[in-house]
Amino acid sequence: MAAHAPGHNPALLHHFATEDQQRDSASLGMWIFLATEVMFFGGLFCAYLIYRRAYFSDFAAASTSINAALGGTNTAVLICSSLTVVLAIWAAQTSRRGLMLFMLALTMLFGLAFLGIKGVEYNDKFVEHHVPGASFSFEHQPIPGHPDQYANPRHAEIFFALYFIMTGLHALHMVVGLGIFAWLFWAAWKGRFTPEYHTPLEIGGLYWHFVDIIWIYLFPLLYLIDRHQ
Amino acid sequence: MSAHSDHSKSSSLTTYFAVWIALLGGTLLTYEAAKLDLGRYNAAVALIIATTKALLVALFFMHIKGASEKLLKLVVFSTLFMLAILMVLSMADYGTRLWS
Repeated sequence: MAAHAPGHNPALLHHFATEDQQRDSASLGMWIFLATEVMFFGGLFCAYLIYRRAYFSDFAAASTSINAALGGTNTAVLICSSLTVVLAIWAAQTSRRGLMLFMLALTMLFGLAFLGIKGVEYNDKFVEHHVPGASFSFEHQPIPGHPDQYANPRHAEIFFALYFIMTGLHALHMVVGLGIFAWLFWAAWKGRFTPEYHTPLEIGGLYWHFVDIIWIYLFPLLYLIDRHQ
Repeated sequence: MSAHSDHSKSSSLTTYFAVWIALLGGTLLTYEAAKLDLGRYNAAVALIIATTKALLVALFFMHIKGASEKLLKLVVFSTLFMLAILMVLSMADYGTRLWS
């Protein structure tokens, strides 16, 4: 390859032939990382499935104690944040700097709202002593559909352990995502992104959407077990 | 050289907003469907809606639809394949044990 012609895109690194190749390499790297993330969460989903099958009615009793309206609101908040991410990228592609900055800020705001609502939800669980550990208590909690039967507290504790590990790990990903978007906002502010080069926005967006997809599964699996009674 | 599609530049805003509405609708649908007594099909309905939503996000927001890079598709399919090995073989084991 010849040396770059004068006026080449300064964002094109020298070990890439074209901008397309550079962007595809970055995107492929992110997708491979997401593949490892799928397996990371996959193990937890598998553990959840095994225990849910074994202790279904105890899981149903424990799940019903969680505030599903808060969980549903959080699902909507994350979906809105995914929209603002694609709008930020669209704004970068069409040279709308103000809109791009606004959408990135909005994404972070939605992310913070998600964590705030999550905090309210966790607080409820601490107040009710539903956090696995020494002060855990789930005595005399009826099984949905069987008001004369109580859930086994030991089995319900397994549900809450999975609930805190899975939502906690997801929340940790949200915190990391907020860090990534704070950096993207700063880079966008500095004028780093152009219609030709905005790969970091696309890569960061892939991560954010992935975290959204994990939540799309967590919500029905953790919050909506046997709600029809 | 690689012949690339125009990537996401041609993706219209209409698509993004339509997907957004569909995702919000799907969330409401999951929430309401959970209140119906569908017997053993409650879980299936919840998972079908969740998978549809996940597909919408992956295809339109993460731009798998329209991606020209074959390696990317290989990564996505091998991820799903590995996940299927984890889930199917584990459940085949636990599902056929006499104890537990």
